[in-house]
This record gives sequence, structure tokens and C-alpha cells, in this order.
Amino acid sequence: MADDIYILGIKMTKFGKHPDKDTVDLASEAAMAALADGGVTMKDMGILAAGCLMGQGSIGQQIQKQIGQTGIPVFNVSNACATGATALRTAIMAIKAGECDMGLAVGVEKLAGAGLLGGGGKPKSDKKEWTPGGRYGAVASTDGRIGTDAMPGTFAQVGMEYGHKYGGATFELFAKIAEKNHAHSTLNPLAAYTKRMTLEEIMNDVMIAYPNTRSMCSANCDGAAAAVVVSGSKLKTMSLEQQRRAIKVSASILTSDPWQEACQVLPDVNTLTKIAAKKAYEQAGVGPEDLDLVELHDCFATAELVHYDNLGLCEEGGAVDFFNSGATWRDGKTPVNVSGGLESKGHPIAATGIANIWEVCHHLRGEAGDRQIEGAKVGLAHVIGLGSACGIHILEKSALG
Amino acid sequence: MSATTQIPLVNYLVLGDTPHLQANECTSCGARYFDRRNACAGCFGTEFRTVDIATEGEVRSFTIVTFAAPGVPVPFVAAIVDCNGTSVRANLINVEPSPEHVKLGMKVKLATYSLGTDDNGVEAIGFGFEPA
Repeated sequence: MADDIYILGIKMTKFGKHPDKDTVDLASEAAMAALADGGVTMKDMGILAAGCLMGQGSIGQQIQKQIGQTGIPVFNVSNACATGATALRTAIMAIKAGECDMGLAVGVEKLAGAGLLGGGGKPKSDKKEWTPGGRYGAVASTDGRIGTDAMPGTFAQVGMEYGHKYGGATFELFAKIAEKNHAHSTLNPLAAYTKRMTLEEIMNDVMIAYPNTRSMCSANCDGAAAAVVVSGSKLKTMSLEQQRRAIKVSASILTSDPWQEACQVLPDVNTLTKIAAKKAYEQAGVGPEDLDLVELHDCFATAELVHYDNLGLCEEGGAVDFFNSGATWRDGKTPVNVSGGLESKGHPIAATGIANIWEVCHHLRGEAGDRQIEGAKVGLAHVIGLGSACGIHILEKSALG
Repeated sequence: MSATTQIPLVNYLVLGDTPHLQANECTSCGARYFDRRNACAGCFGTEFRTVDIATEGEVRSFTIVTFAAPGVPVPFVAAIVDCNGTSVRANLINVEPSPEHVKLGMKVKLATYSLGTDDNGVEAIGFGFEPA
């Protein structure tokens, strides 16, 4: 049987604007902090997996050139918004395969002021001569003519589709989800935005793609996060303090979307999340009722709703009632996105899939300060990258803690 | 040249007296696709036949886009239309782009419009769905 895997050290930078730092600076800051948090150095690492979605590739080697070139294998990964989780999963797989006993995963992005993501398509002349091109033989850009390619509208449709199927998903309901996450962020000093917003402010904010207003969209910002993972057998040889703070990775799952009718028309973010959740609960031997907190991929308020259902936090079709019960507020039955989520903490894409794990670990270690979920023992971190990729990690407090 | 020649916005839009959409349907499992195919993503089959898509349908999801990439005119309504079991991505047209006028489950039908004429006198024709 494969060895258990633990998070030994983990850190995220402050999310927000970092005009004086480039991606290599931010990634190095997170990586060095994660190593220090785990009480280890680059010399102990057997693998480095790193991602920077908007970068030029080889971010891993660029990080090494700043913090330690030891000749270990580097995997530069790219998996849309699941890039960070994919880097972590890669390091975990290397340890599970027995190739090494410790590894480092890093995700970084600089997105402050990036504006709208996705959409626009290739610049194409709408004049002169209509010339078919691409897989659909299009004579002009299809974004805005045949639906939308941009993220806010894509995920708006994901939420509206859920509303069509089960009812009750109003503009106000989605805005209330954003209200929760903005309220949660006031307790997170590393969040990009920490201002509480009223429901009225959220609903009257600039409309981007109905029903998502600006404050219901993930916040583009700069940031990095890094994690050191270690095998259970190696951890046993380390100090009691390291063992006490180590967080068990009870499940590490990555899925892509299996073919479904409509999945190539509107991205299906549901099926692959449901499959990943089922596998994760089986692997960890826990159920959704055991979770003390959940960090899920609220890239838009409309997305958070469907993932309550996809992760099995509520009954099938029951996400609206589940949210209205107050369950997902930090004092509720299943606190969701107590960090502020992507809508308020921010979404530096490749960093997100490790930063959400840092948040969960922070609570399981009892180190979350003002926003500590008291007595947290088990947590789940979820990300979705369009295309699609879904990463789910279930984390458990050390038995020594 | 007397008659204006026309070209569809995408090659799965068939023009003529009764404009409609076409899909590539996998002959093994029935999966339908609008792009050109290498194989079926559902069953890996490589045989496809061309099928016509129903021109009437029901809005399964929509968004009203008011902020888009440069060069994309707003507002517009993007939607997923269920055309008798086949999901189609399209704009809703000839309807006011507001939540008061666009409803989930509303019945719609295919409509075409002109994108303009190029220097050779060829007119490009786009499609959308309008209230039925």
C-alpha cells in the first residue's frame, strides 16, 4: 500500500497588487516561506512542480535560479484555474510513486488590473473578404455573435442552468452568496479585498454578465502560494513539532470532464466535480457531513451555488435551500470560503489551487487567528479549471495535534 | 453579378429557403458535434453523418452580457437552447436584453440576420434564436 502523504510546510503571499515584484519574486517568496514553515530547505526536495498560467513556461526553473538549483526534476504544469492543484498533485504522485520522499509545489500569477478574462477571440477582419477559418469555418469572430467566450457570462449560464433545473436561483440569491464571501474576507489579512459589502452595494455594482455584477466576479490580483509535501515514512523521522503541524492529505484527486451531451456547447463544471468528490470521499473515508470547512471554486457567485450540490454538501437540487439556511456562513453547519473566496480574497489563477489548501491547513493547525473555525479537524479544497480540470484535496489534522 | 452571394457565419449554418443548423452525429452513439471531427469524444467512433437540428427550442440557460472584450458590441443575450434534445449555443435576438424580457424556459426559434457585405459583394449571414 502506498505511503500516506502530508503537507509539511505551506504558505501564501498577500494577494493584491504587487507592482514591485514579478512572478519569480512572488513565487520565490511563497516557496521560501513554505520551506521555512516546514523546517526544510531546497536540498531536501526531490521534485519541483510549478505553474504560472499566463507566464511564458519554465517558471519552475526560474524559481530554482532564485532559491536553489539542485538538479531535481522540474515539472512546469498548466491546467487553467486548476494549475496550482495540478502542481501539488504532481508532487504528490512523485512521492506516491516512490521517486522521492519530499517535494515542492508552487503556483503564481500576476493579474492585478488584467480586466476581463477569456473572450474576444482572434482578431479577425470583419471587412474586405469573408474567409472561413477554424474548426467551425467561421467568417468572423463568434464571441458575442454565437454566445459568449468570456468567463463571467460562461459561469453566469452555469448558475442559471441550475436555476432552470431546480428553481429559486434569483439574482438576489447569487448576490447574497457574494455578500457572504465579502463578509468573510474582513477577517483575512491576506485577502485582496477586505471590505464588507452590503447586498445593495453588490446588486447595484456594475453589471458584467447578468446575474453577475463586478463584486460577484473573482478578483484579478497578484499572488503566489507554495506547499512542501512529504511521505508519511519520512515524516516519522522528523521532529515532533514538524509531525504535530503536518497536515494529512487524505485525498488528492484530479479529474477532467467525461463526455456529456452539451459539454462542448457550455462547459460542464458539474460532472467532473461530482466524480472528483465521490472519489475523494472514498479515498479519505470521510463524508461531506464530516467537513469542518470547505474552500470551493467561487470564480463567480453563480459557480459557488452549483458546487454546494456537486460536492454533496447538500441534497441533489437543494443548493438554494442549503444556502438560505445559513449553512455556508462561517458560523453555519458547513462554512464555505471563510477566506473570502475568489470573489474577495482574490484569484491569481495558478496560485489559487494551493492558496485554498493553505487556508484549510491554517484552520486545521489552529493558526487562523480571528477567523479560526474552532476545533476544525477535516477540510476540503476544490478548484475548477475550464477546459476542464477539477482538483479536490481532503485534509486532516495530525493525530499528534 | 446580379444576385448577392451569401456565406454563413459558421459552416454548420445552412442557408436557403429554410435556414437551419447541422451537426455531425456519431453513427455509433448518436453524440452530436458542431465542429469538424477527428473522432467521437463519447465512444471514440470515427463515422459521422450530417443531421439537421430542430429550428425551435427552449432556453435552458442565458446571460445578458454587458461587459465584453474590445470590439464585441454589448449588451447581448448569450444562451443555451435545447433544440429537441440537442443543446445549441447562440445569442437570443429580436428580444430586449433585460431579465424582464428574457426568461428561462422560453420558447424560441432560429432566425438569421446580415453581418454585412464584403468587397466581393458576398453577404455574411449570422443566426440567433428569437421568441417563438
